[in-house]
Amino acid sequence: MAEVLLQANQVAKHFGGVKALRDVSLSINKGEVYGLIGPNGAGKTTFFNCMTGLYVPDGGGFTFDGAPLVADAPHQAAERGIARTFQNIRLFGNMTALENVMVGRHVRTKAGVLGAMFQNGATRVEEAAIRQRAIDLLHYVRIEDRAEDLAKNLSYGDQRRLEIARALATEPKLLCLDEPAAGMNATETEELRELIEGIRRDGTTILLIEHDVKLVMGLCDRVAVLDYGALVIEDVPAIVQKDQRVIEAYLGA
Amino acid sequence: MDIFLQQIINGLVQGSIYALVALGYTMVYGIMGLINFAHGEVVMIGTLVTITVAGTMIKAGMPVVLAGFAGLSASVLVCMALGWGLERIAYRPLRNAPRLTPLITAIGMSIVLQNLAMMIWGRNYMTFPPLLPKMDFEVAGANFTAVQLIIVLVSSLTMGGLLLLVYRTKLGMAMRATSQNPAVASLMGVNINRVIAAAFVIGSALGALAGVMVGTYYEIAHYQMGFMLGLKAFTAAVLGGIGNLAGAMLGGVLLGIIEALGAGYIGDLTGGFLGSHYQDIFAFVVLIIVLMFKPSGLFGEKTGDRA
Amino acid sequence: MKKWLNPRSAFGISLIAIALIALPFVAAMGGQAWVRIVNFAILYVFLALGLNIVVGFAGLLDLGYIAFYAVGAYTYALLASPHFGLHLPFWVILPIGAMLACVFGVLLGSPTLKLRGDYLAIVTLGFGEIVRIFMNNLNAPINITNGPQGITLIDPVAFGDFKFSGTTQILGFSLTGPHKYYYLLVALSILVVIINLRLQNSRIGRAWQAIREDEIAAKAVGINTRNVKLLAFAMGASFGGVAGGVFAAMQGFVSPESFSLIESVMILAMVVLGGMGHIPGVILGAVLLSILPEVLRYGVGPLQMAVFGKMLVDPESLRMLVFGLALVLVMRFKPAGLWPSPERKRELTGEA
Repeated sequence: MAEVLLQANQVAKHFGGVKALRDVSLSINKGEVYGLIGPNGAGKTTFFNCMTGLYVPDGGGFTFDGAPLVADAPHQAAERGIARTFQNIRLFGNMTALENVMVGRHVRTKAGVLGAMFQNGATRVEEAAIRQRAIDLLHYVRIEDRAEDLAKNLSYGDQRRLEIARALATEPKLLCLDEPAAGMNATETEELRELIEGIRRDGTTILLIEHDVKLVMGLCDRVAVLDYGALVIEDVPAIVQKDQRVIEAYLGA
Repeated sequence: MDIFLQQIINGLVQGSIYALVALGYTMVYGIMGLINFAHGEVVMIGTLVTITVAGTMIKAGMPVVLAGFAGLSASVLVCMALGWGLERIAYRPLRNAPRLTPLITAIGMSIVLQNLAMMIWGRNYMTFPPLLPKMDFEVAGANFTAVQLIIVLVSSLTMGGLLLLVYRTKLGMAMRATSQNPAVASLMGVNINRVIAAAFVIGSALGALAGVMVGTYYEIAHYQMGFMLGLKAFTAAVLGGIGNLAGAMLGGVLLGIIEALGAGYIGDLTGGFLGSHYQDIFAFVVLIIVLMFKPSGLFGEKTGDRA
Repeated sequence: MKKWLNPRSAFGISLIAIALIALPFVAAMGGQAWVRIVNFAILYVFLALGLNIVVGFAGLLDLGYIAFYAVGAYTYALLASPHFGLHLPFWVILPIGAMLACVFGVLLGSPTLKLRGDYLAIVTLGFGEIVRIFMNNLNAPINITNGPQGITLIDPVAFGDFKFSGTTQILGFSLTGPHKYYYLLVALSILVVIINLRLQNSRIGRAWQAIREDEIAAKAVGINTRNVKLLAFAMGASFGGVAGGVFAAMQGFVSPESFSLIESVMILAMVVLGGMGHIPGVILGAVLLSILPEVLRYGVGPLQMAVFGKMLVDPESLRMLVFGLALVLVMRFKPAGLWPSPERKRELTGEA
């Protein structure tokens, strides 16, 4: 029996008169790659933002790993084990790739100002570990040779990988990728697919928002479709692909 | 209760002045997202120019009314030129710079203007020539003077005029469009440079008027008077909702009243611990409270932050 | 630390060390006043480095930094002068001043946490002014700060009988009061620079930078931005507090005049003009902006007399005018500062 990692219960969100999310309920199981698709404006990123604490839902809520998720506290989402990438890539542009990933370790480490000022043993050990882990992660996403380059100078594809590496640095239970394949060509998309497969193999649950339907259907264990803020269907790809409502949503009724 | 009405009246007068100055801040911020730190200095120069022009004419024996008009006109013209110059020379090249850069520039210009004023007019306090008749009135136990009445009247008329300009003329529409979305406005044929220049020039003209009022009301002027006044007027603009004209007007009057009531009652409220020389603090406290709890002010719109 | 030990660095450091040790004697050749000027320059370096943590590292535009300097100075004044009759030793007072300033840093920082750049600036400016107004008026009904007259006859720094005021003879050298304070200040500054460098390259330093770069992304990776920002305020404030304490001891009196807005602006200018976030740049900015006006003051007066035969322009106002112009010109032509870190320069000018 699959164990539920994330449960969304009747999540609702509106902006002024626009109902971005209407009572969306879904559940993500541990160890799976879960896809969230839908036409533009369907509410996918809004759902994401509610889940990760950037927006406060107007109704409903989330349960993560058995306990409720507190809204409006993005850093707590990361503490609990939810990491995310951004649709528009939000890296720390003027920091190096390595530093970006090192920042990702912040939430799992604890040296404070006193440690920084006095450079005691424990701090130095932790700092070395942070650095090493960051280098390892850069290797993992295959951009280790760009470690000392400024994040804003990286190629688009490398920036996406860096963002994933940074998210992985937080040791998430649930990794949420917001349109990671956007703007990628076929080769890059294939490499991304391999990376995501690898991450899943290594034990992280993944939530994937994507427009590239082929990527989603080929990669995900289960897929949820949103349209106009409501959940249309939540099932395995084979069934979702054939669902009439889904076809209409994408092609227009 | 006896001083209540009196303080309300005082607050209304001071608040009208704040409102006029606040309009300058709010127009510029609404269109450019810039806090024009130097605006307070422009007001100060307005006061000092009037002192020089009107004072000289009165000493030369000319009628007070003529001197007054000449002084006012000179002020308005000088300040308008100053505002135009500020925008053209200091701020325009920085339109696309990160926010910190124009802010520092504005602070720099404020310092330059203050010290230029000090070099031209000296360090000493100056007396403002009496331009208005001295008459006293009494209503329900509170006193007010002709000067106070005229300030409130002139301010109201001016502000009404501004609202007419912004909501009924082409320029006004262009200004409103630019403050909503400069890129699209320029695509629609609005000359952004002229609109921005207009905002500065109009704001400075109002500032000059406010400067003359300050001089008339307090009867003295000093090269450093712009700083506090500017800061408080900015607070008023924020209180009303920065970028919002009616908000700036209301914010100004409200701040004036809060200050007056506060100064009047603070002794009683704190059991004598704090006296009325803490008056300046009220503006800051208001500013901090507004920014903490309702940063969009009384009438401002909440701008969301989509991730 | 190993890279400091290679021959070239060691040579460079020795040169700097010799220059630093000799400086006060060189300056004294122009008169004791110049040693004092150098001391104030170092105090400003202190302050600029402290503000650099808030503005340069964390990107929080603080226009009221002088308030922490004031807290440190008045704490020292109240605990080591005839005002309350307390005469605690400096090594007790300085930490107290630092801690008190730290508390103020947290207090003044808390309301600002959700504010955007310009608003943050204005609110911190307001706080700075509020502190000054209180300092100026807390002389009734209980006289705490002695109002506009300030507090005088503050004890100088002293190690037992070795007082930092007055002249002492050591090894054939005659060390005046300012001389001795100079060495104390240099020692403290070196400490501050080291602490700053360590902070910059630490977990917290990276967190500050991350917040400066993109606060939303910083939150998403688990940084508690509220606490980390407060930490920046607290750290910056403590440096200000220590500087204030030394200032009080050195000058012998404190009054609200020394803590006006223009001082906050001056220190901010040192950070921004020097090269925001870049420690060597900030030091350069502090030295330039504190020494140049003095050079102007001593040079412009006589120069005007020589050329025009009279004082056309008051040196004081000229000095401030030049300062204001410098702000405008540097922002226009070198917005990243005079000596920015290589990354920042690219960010602001688009060139390498």
